[in-house]
Amino acid sequence: MRSDRRPAGIGLTLAAFGGLAFLHLPLAVVVLYAFTTDEKSYTFPPPGLTLKWFAVALEREDVRAAIALSFEVAAISTLVALILGTLAAAAVSRSRFFGRESVSLLLILPIALPGIITGIALRSAFNILEIPWSFWTIVLGHATFCIVVVYNNAVARFRRTSASLIEASMDLGADGFQTFRWVVLPNIATALLAGGMLAFALSFDEVIVTTFTAGQQTTLPIWMLSELVRPRQRPVTNVVAVFVIVVTFLPILLAYYWTRDGGTVAGQGK
Amino acid sequence: MSAWSAPLAPPPESWHRRLTDLFVAHPALLLLLLLTPPMLWLGVVYLGSLFALLAQSFFSLDDFSGVIDRTPTLATWASLLAPANLDIVLRTMLMATAVTIAAALVAFPIAHYAAFHAGPRVKAMFYVGVMLPLWSSYLVRVYSWKLILAKEGILGWLFHAAGLGFVLDGVLDLPVIGGPSLSASYLGTFLVFLYVWLPFMVLPIQAALERVPPSLIEASADLGAPPRYTFRTVILPLALPGVVAGSIFTFSLTLGDFIIPQIVGGSQLYLGQAVYMHQGTAGNIPLAAAFSVVPVAIMAVYLALAKRLGAFDAL
Repeated sequence: MRSDRRPAGIGLTLAAFGGLAFLHLPLAVVVLYAFTTDEKSYTFPPPGLTLKWFAVALEREDVRAAIALSFEVAAISTLVALILGTLAAAAVSRSRFFGRESVSLLLILPIALPGIITGIALRSAFNILEIPWSFWTIVLGHATFCIVVVYNNAVARFRRTSASLIEASMDLGADGFQTFRWVVLPNIATALLAGGMLAFALSFDEVIVTTFTAGQQTTLPIWMLSELVRPRQRPVTNVVAVFVIVVTFLPILLAYYWTRDGGTVAGQGK
Repeated sequence: MSAWSAPLAPPPESWHRRLTDLFVAHPALLLLLLLTPPMLWLGVVYLGSLFALLAQSFFSLDDFSGVIDRTPTLATWASLLAPANLDIVLRTMLMATAVTIAAALVAFPIAHYAAFHAGPRVKAMFYVGVMLPLWSSYLVRVYSWKLILAKEGILGWLFHAAGLGFVLDGVLDLPVIGGPSLSASYLGTFLVFLYVWLPFMVLPIQAALERVPPSLIEASADLGAPPRYTFRTVILPLALPGVVAGSIFTFSLTLGDFIIPQIVGGSQLYLGQAVYMHQGTAGNIPLAAAFSVVPVAIMAVYLALAKRLGAFDAL
């Protein structure tokens, strides 16, 4: 926090708020189009407003199936990522060891390289090993790039959790499991929740890797992509887009509030 | 204390007590136990797949039978140099460069305002305002531009309502960047790329700016430098690692994307689309594999350069 804030020039202020508006107005457009009575094209301004497309979208069996599959994939991938990401964060933050840098690089690689690389690499591996497409091939891909999200959140919190707390707990006679349950876990809980939320949002929205690992299955993003390439009923696509905005915004906001002040970490000042 | 009391019996040894003692005596064992599951997953699933991909680029496709020939060859790699394929690589790199530069220009004022001029509340608003689109649905955001750029969409309507329809038509008539409509032109593809990756540029720049010591700025002002001069000689050099860090994302993401140019843009292919096409409809997995090594190689060089510029500390 700076106490001596200087007023910004009018040009800078306009550029800054203009940039922020640029990031958000397109989403407002999507919301507006979900209510339009225009079925065939993208006419602006909308000729009229209606709620009926929400009911139509709810009735669609393919939409409901895609939503359900996306929820299941995101839930399982998040769970796997939570376990693996927390383990990796605990290892990297608590000690220095040979190859520590390579471990962090390996964790970051799945999101640092373009998604299509991850996708096609997994696909060719499935092909070579003759693994058939299934729910689990999607989860395999999603969990791989979700690990780093959990890891990032957890490692930051581990670094701020004082090691003396753990030592004190052990000195007082708690064993490793008790220390984990009563000292470590409460301190890292909100960071894990935040990481899990972000991993969920990431998986729920993933389309590029899924394209390569899904076979015939349709997650919600795959459904949307096919509607974008070959539109069938545009108003339904608009409604689903609004649904996706709502479903992803909530976890992101929650994740923000849980990590905003770094959570309350006991023994921070030591 | 009574001298007769029987010595306390040691508490019964539970299995987690014994395990704890083992870990305290051998910390390396605990480390191994913590690291094994994530490293097995990433090492086997991810690195294994990457090697499988790389290996395939040394196979070739028999043009007549359409069957993959598994004798090692460099022929597939050589076919990358065919003019049509080289064209794809160049077009993608040019687009990635343009998007990266534009993103830095648009992102800088946002990051600068949030870092230096915003109070705590506005700063939080800016942070959430940048983070929400960063994490929110990629497809929905691409879709929003299909609505905006469509012939009958908002941008066209705005231009005509303002009596500036001729400006839009003039831009679309331009060679290279123009096209039959905004949603079928390089300009449209560029706008969507810029929009979708912009948050990836704002956050690292802001992080770098927030680490500029206020005392340096005060010193510069005390020594009589006008704000413009302070910006150029103090703030900008210190923000550069942040810009480079942001550019890693904007550049890499543009290199690999195959969905944006498929939905908004002309008929010219980009790297990601070429990979997608060759592995799918064309069934030429070796060529797709060779193609997909190109962005990895470009990014390896890029990351090495970025590391020299200190971008990794700004991530």
